[in-house]
This record gives sequence, structure tokens and C-alpha cells, in this order.
Amino acid sequence: MEHTAQHTDVPALRDTETVIATEQLNVYYGDFLALRNVNMAIPERKVTALIGPSGCGKSTLIRCFNRLNDLIDSFHLDGRVTYYGQDLYQDVDAVQVRRRIGMVFQQPNPFPKSIYDNIAFGARATGLTTDLDELVERSLKRSALWEEVKDKLKTNGLSLSGGQQQRLCIARAISTEPDVVLMDEPCSSLDPLSTLKIESLIRELAEEYTIIIVTHNMQQAARMADYTAFFNAEATEDGKRSGYLVEFAPTRKIFDQPAQEATRNYVNGQFG
Amino acid sequence: MTSSTSGPKGKPIEARSQRSQWSDRSFTWLTRLMAFGVAAVLVFIGVQVAIDAMPAIRRYGLEFLVTSSWNPVDDAYGALPVIYGTLVSSFIALLLAVPIGVGTALFLSEDFLPRPVRTVLSFMVEMLAAIPSVVYGIWGIFVLIPFLGPIGDWLHQNLGWIPLFGTAYLGPGMLPAALVLTVMILPIITAIARDSLISLPPALRQAALGMGATRWTAIFRVLIPAAFSGIVGGIMLALGRAMGETMAVTMLIGNSNDLNISILAPANTVASLLANQFAEAGDLQIAALMYAGLVLFGLTLVVNILAEMIVQRVNVYK
Ligand SMILES: Nc1ncnc2c1ncn2[C@@H]1O[C@H](COP(=O)(O)OP(=O)(O)OP(=O)(O)O)[C@@H](O)[C@H]1O
Ligand SMILES: [Mg+2]
Repeated sequence: MEHTAQHTDVPALRDTETVIATEQLNVYYGDFLALRNVNMAIPERKVTALIGPSGCGKSTLIRCFNRLNDLIDSFHLDGRVTYYGQDLYQDVDAVQVRRRIGMVFQQPNPFPKSIYDNIAFGARATGLTTDLDELVERSLKRSALWEEVKDKLKTNGLSLSGGQQQRLCIARAISTEPDVVLMDEPCSSLDPLSTLKIESLIRELAEEYTIIIVTHNMQQAARMADYTAFFNAEATEDGKRSGYLVEFAPTRKIFDQPAQEATRNYVNGQFG
Repeated sequence: MTSSTSGPKGKPIEARSQRSQWSDRSFTWLTRLMAFGVAAVLVFIGVQVAIDAMPAIRRYGLEFLVTSSWNPVDDAYGALPVIYGTLVSSFIALLLAVPIGVGTALFLSEDFLPRPVRTVLSFMVEMLAAIPSVVYGIWGIFVLIPFLGPIGDWLHQNLGWIPLFGTAYLGPGMLPAALVLTVMILPIITAIARDSLISLPPALRQAALGMGATRWTAIFRVLIPAAFSGIVGGIMLALGRAMGETMAVTMLIGNSNDLNISILAPANTVASLLANQFAEAGDLQIAALMYAGLVLFGLTLVVNILAEMIVQRVNVYK
């Protein structure tokens, strides 16, 4: 299989297995073309960062990966999104897709339930028969929240601070052991210390999971990501801006010797 | 350290103008007054009813609540049958209206149907609340009671050994009254439950579905619990309406002051009793009716406090 990113070739990708790939993917909201002709192959058990200016379609793209865009009436796409070669939009149950591909949202969104029930939700909903106490403890430990909440597992998840809530959401997402974890700016509401905690957590998770993370923080992408995809938005004929993939390559290459002028300007903060 | 006081930077920040402060304060007082006004009206009515009920309270005491004669000739009054009738008719109505209403609300808040169709349906449900209760009464007399005839007969013949169906169906009685109450409180439950479901943050649904939950898991484990206090609030409002409903119930319940377990038999409620007897009541009878009214007041209060306790206990926010 030959996966080529827009305007670039990514030879490095060939030596690891592809988890999620897009082929000539166009995403629309009604008539509006939000993402145009995206071709990328996301490698297994690596951290892939999506960067780019606001509104270029990063959230739109990762929501295609777990079919969460299905909730939006006006959404439709053409082209293909595949998961280990299987087309995610052809004869598959979106619920099953989301059990394999978990998600952490831009805004922390714990359920208005106890911390314990937040974590146990996934196992209960998917009928997993595991020791829930142990599952809760393990998930919270992995998301670096256990020490802070171990004495108040029965309190409401919403009573935690924003950063704690986000770590709770991460614990919730990994509690069901998905293959892929999508993260949409998971640190945007966190202080530097929690951010560092989350970053090292993500690095750790990447040993078992495939992580796809949207971030606006260049240093963060440079620190954690194995691969980075830069998206940009460009006005089409009718004046609307649709996003496209500019360059997808190993992170070092994106930051040190990008193939595209636009990428260089963006990562150096000279984005006009 | 000499900053010019005339420049925009060094200029002292002004205090709020007298006028703005004054209008602020008067608005606070106005709202305070109105809030207390509502409470005052409630207390006033309660006290007035209690004063008017005093002769009966003195004479019958708490026995009033547990005796069942209602005889103006002997001045023997007891409210047990009407209290029982009020509670049972409201309970049956809730039992039927809660699942139907919450189910309808779910149906109208999910995307099973195109949005325009949902809007029209929601509107029609809310229109049910605009029908005057006397119209419900007439509909009950001319449509519902005849319609229930064969059903009532069947229930009595086949399930007559159950005390609830222990008497023959005579037409007016507990069953038709409770069914009409069901229809009358349905729009309240539906509208409020639907509003509480619709106003939940979309992030909640996304979180649930993003975890690989099915639609039904999301609904029953996340959305309904999150909207719980709103839904219970609607149910309580509906219960208050059912317990106080007068006209339609009077026309359908048969106005019998004999206590009967059978829902096929005629019965009576507090509100219906008051409506029927007030016009030609003598002194002590008026006091007895007022006492019954006070009991209804108290019942509603107890129900509301109970509901508040349930919400407090289960309420997941905060
Ligand atoms: N539900 C929607 N309906 C219609 N248009 C939408 C919807 N969601 C996003 N869009 C549009 O799609 C484009 C891409 O949005 P998206 O949220 O994917 O951007 P983003 O790259 O995640 O931006 P940010 O960095 O600010 O989060 C934007 O122009 C946005 O207006
Ligand atoms: Mg976004």
C-alpha cells in the first residue's frame, strides 16, 4: 500500500504499520467544504500531532476517525477513512468504532456522576466484566490523578478542577483499552505542571496505544510527537476557507527542515 | 512620582454615579418585594383557610382525617374518602402519565424524526394544556365513559377477585376521572421533561457516545440522570395539578363520599367535594370544607417537600 501525504512523501511511515488512513478525504458541513483532499497514514503506537491555524479542520478530521461527526446533521464526506484497511464508513457500527477509538475532548466533559462512576461507565456500557475497583484505580493511576482523588472517589466529577477533570476524562477514555486515543487539545485548559504530567502520560501511553493529538502548542508537538501533520486553510473560489493537509512528516523534519514554506513560517511563528 | 491628574492614564477612576447606585438599589428592592409578595399571598391564603376551618378543626380534630361520614344533617364530617380519592386518582394519573410523558419527551428530544415534524408534535402536545378542563369533562362524559364501558365490564368479570375491580362499572367513577387527569397532566410532564433533556450540554452526549455507548445507554445512563431534577420538577408540577384539578374530575368521578377500593366505583376528591358543596353549605359545613381544603394544601406541601428531598438526594450536579 502506498500512502502519500499531500505535497510530501513520508518514507519513514513505511516501516511501521498504519492504523488509520485517509484517502482523498473531503469533509463537508452542508455545502461547505471543511477539509479538502486529505491523504495521510497514521502509524501504530506513535504519537501523531495535528497542528495548524484555528478553523483549518483539525477537530473535524479527528472526529471523522471515531465517527463522532455522525452526530452533526449537515456532515458528510467522500473519499475513504480506513482503520487497519477497513473502511470506517462502510458497513460498520459507529458504536463499535468508538470502542476501539477513544476520545478526549477539547473541553473537559466528565459525566455529572461520581469520579468512580465516570471511570466505570465505559466498562459498564460495553459490558466488560472486570473488577471495577481495580479498573478505576489503574485508570486513575495511569492518568496521574489517583493520588489527588483516591480519598474521594464518590464525589462528583464536576467538583474537580479543570485540569483534574481533564485527567479524569483521559482516565475514562483509556479505561476501556481502546487501540487509538484521539485527543483534541487536551491541555488547553491546564496549567504547565498538569500539562507536563499529561505529556509524559501521553508518551507512556504511546507504548501501547496510538495517540492522535491536536495541539496549538508548537513546543508540545515538538516534545511529544513522533509525527506531525500541518494543516492550513485557504480561501476557495467562493470565498470560504477550506482546510487541507500541507505536510505530514516526522516531527523533527517538520520543525527543522520542512518541505513547505508555509510550514516553516507556521512553526516559526511567522504565520500571516 | 508626579503623574498628571489631567491625563487619561493618571486620572482617578470615578465612583459610580448616585443615580446609577440609586436605581440599582431600588431594583433590588423591587424584586425582593415581588418575591416576598408571592410568599405573602401563599401564607395569607393558608392562614385565611385555617381561620375559616377553625370551628371544624376544634370540633373534629385529627379524627377528621380518618373518618368517612359526610353528613350535614348530623354535622358528622370526615375527609378520609376524599383524601383517599385525591391521592389515588392523582397516583393513577401519574403512574400512566410519567412513562408516556417522559417517553414522548425523549422521542421529541432525540433525532428519530426530522426537526420540523418534532416541532409540530411538541406544539401539539403543549396544545393539550390549553384545552379548558370543562371540555375535558364533557369529552369524558360523552366519549371516555361510554368507551370504557366494555373494558370496565371485562375487568370486573375477569379480574373481579382483585379488590381494585371489585365493583361493577357504573360509568362515572375513579377510572374515567384518573384517565382524564392523565391526559391533562401529560403536556406538563412532556414539555418540562423535553426542555430539560434538550437543554443538556451537547458535550454530555458526545462524551457518552465517544465512550462507545449506544444511544440507549447514553439516554438511560447519562442523559436522563443528568436531566433528573428537571424531570422530577415537571412531575411534581403535574402532581400538584392533578391533586387540585376540580372541574373535569367533578364531572367524571361520580361524587360519592363512600370509601371504595374499586377503581370502577364512584369516588370523590377534595377539590371536587368543595366545588360541589360550597354553594349551599351551612356554617359548620363550610368550616369542614375549609378544613378539607387545608388538608389538600398540606398534602401538596408534603408531596413537594418529598420531591425536593428526592431531587436533593439524587441530584448529580453540585
Ligand atoms: N458543526 C459544524 N457545522 C458547520 N461547520 C462547522 C461545524 N464544525 C466546524 N465547522 C467549520 O469547519 C471548519 C473547521 O472547524 P474545526 O473545528 O475542525 O477547526 P479546528 O482546526 O479544530 O479549529 P480550532 O483550532 O479553533 O479548534 C471551520 O470553518 C468551522 O467553522
Ligand atoms: Mg478544534
